[in-house]
Amino acid sequence: MRRLVPLAAAMAVLLLTAGPTLACGGLIGPNGAVNLLRTTTFAGYHDGVEHYVTAFAFAGGEGEFGSLVPLPDIPTSIERGGDWTLQRLVLETEPQPAFLAADAALGAARAEVLMEVRIDALDITILRGGGAEVGEWATDHGFRLPPDAPEVLDFYANRSPIFLAAVFDADAAAARGQAVGDGTPVHLTIPTDDPWVPLRILALGKSEAETVEADVYLLTDERPALLPAPGSLMAADGMKLAHSGRASDSLLADLRSDKGMEWVPESAWLTKVRIDAAASDVSFDLAIDAGGGLPSLVDAGFKASGPAQALWATSRALGPLVLIVALPMLMAWFAATMFSRRPAPPPTGA
Amino acid sequence: MRSRGVGAVLALVLAAPFAAGCQPPPESVRVEIVIRYSHFTPSEISVPHGMPVRFVLISQDPIEHEWLIGDAAFHERHRTGTEPQHGERPNEVTIPPLGTVETTLIFDAPGEMVAFICHVPGHEAYGMVGTLRVT
Repeated sequence: MRRLVPLAAAMAVLLLTAGPTLACGGLIGPNGAVNLLRTTTFAGYHDGVEHYVTAFAFAGGEGEFGSLVPLPDIPTSIERGGDWTLQRLVLETEPQPAFLAADAALGAARAEVLMEVRIDALDITILRGGGAEVGEWATDHGFRLPPDAPEVLDFYANRSPIFLAAVFDADAAAARGQAVGDGTPVHLTIPTDDPWVPLRILALGKSEAETVEADVYLLTDERPALLPAPGSLMAADGMKLAHSGRASDSLLADLRSDKGMEWVPESAWLTKVRIDAAASDVSFDLAIDAGGGLPSLVDAGFKASGPAQALWATSRALGPLVLIVALPMLMAWFAATMFSRRPAPPPTGA
Repeated sequence: MRSRGVGAVLALVLAAPFAAGCQPPPESVRVEIVIRYSHFTPSEISVPHGMPVRFVLISQDPIEHEWLIGDAAFHERHRTGTEPQHGERPNEVTIPPLGTVETTLIFDAPGEMVAFICHVPGHEAYGMVGTLRVT
C-alpha cells in the first residue's frame, strides 16, 4: 500500500536506554517471557526500501533466548548492522551514553523458512506463515511462548505473515567473549510500500501492571504523520512526542558513515516518540506516512470495521477530489443557512 | 503436578470396559471445549450427574495447554506442582499445540461445582479458567 505522498521515507528506532537489556521483539526465555528493560530497533524507509536495524541485549543468563519480530515484508538481505547508528540517534536527543546490546539464536520448522543467517551468537530466521504456524514453529524450536502469544501472533500475521525469529545463544556469546549488555546489531533491508513499527509485540508476556518502555526514532524525508499520534486519544497515555525537527547535518553524516548506512539521505526529519506505558495500553503499532499524509489504520493495528476503514481509505484516495467537490457545496450550504437565518426586515410603515 | 484424588470429582476411564464388549456403552454426553487465544470456550458448563461425559478438548493455539478439573484443593496442589505432562488421569490432560484430546469423566454429586484450569505458568492468571456444574 504505497503512500499517496511520493517521497515516503521513514526510519524507526526503538531505543531502550534504561539498562543493558535491549531487544526489538517479544522475548521468550526457557521459563516464559523475559522482562526486557528496553528494546532497540531502527527501521528506515527510503525510496521504497525499509532499512531495519535492531540490537538485542539480555540481562544475562544461560542457554538460549528467543525473540520474535513482526516485519512488514520479506527482507532481501540480513547483515551485521553498523556499530554506532543506534547509539548516535540516542545521543542526538538525549546527550547521555547509551550502550546497546544485542544477541539471539534459533532453528526452523512448520512455517515457511525464507532465510537463515548467523551473525555472531545470533541465529536469525525469516519466517512466513500465519500466527498458528509461526507459533508452532517457535514452540518446536524451544520458545516457551506466553499465553498472549497466540492472539498477538495472529494480530500481526493478519497484516503481514513475515516474522523474524532470533535466538541468542548466551553460551556461544560467552565463548566469544561477549559480556552482558553487549549486543549484535542487525540490519535488514526490506523493500516495502508499507512501513510501520511494531509496538504491541513489546508487551508480549507482560502483565497489565508491567510497563513498556521504548524510544522510537523516526527519520523521514519530510515531517511524518503518525498513527496513533502521540498524545492523541488513540495513543496510550504514556506515548509522547519527545522530539520533532530537521535532522542535523552532523547526525546525518554520522549515520551515513556507519556500516550499511550509505542510503541515509542528505536531509531528513527526525522524530522521537517516547513510550512509557502500561503493557495493557500498548495494543497497537505505529503507522507512518513519511510524507505527512494519512497513516493506515490497518498498519497501526486498529481493528477498523469495514465501513470505517473504507471511509478512511476513500478519504485518503479521493481526498483532493472530495475537497474540490465538497467545498463549493459546503460554501453554498453555509451561505443558504446564513440567508435563511437572517432576520426578517422590520415591517415598514404603509 | 502430582495429584491424588480429585475431590468431589469421580473420574473413570470408560474405554476399557467398552472395549471388552461385555455391555453396551451407557448413554453419554459429549462436551466440546475449544481453546483459542488461551481461553476456554465455553467457560461455563453444566453436565448431568451419574452419566459419562466425553470431553473433546480442541486447541487452536500453537502453544501447549492443560485442562485440569477438580476442587479447590486439587487446583492448589497443581499451582505449585512440577509435573510437566499429564495424561495418566482422565481429569488431568495436557493438550499439545493445535492438538485435540478426549477424556471421559463421570460426576456423581448433583449440585457440585468444580473448576477446570490450565496450570501452565501464567495461563490461569491470563484467564484460562472455567467452571462445571453438576446437575
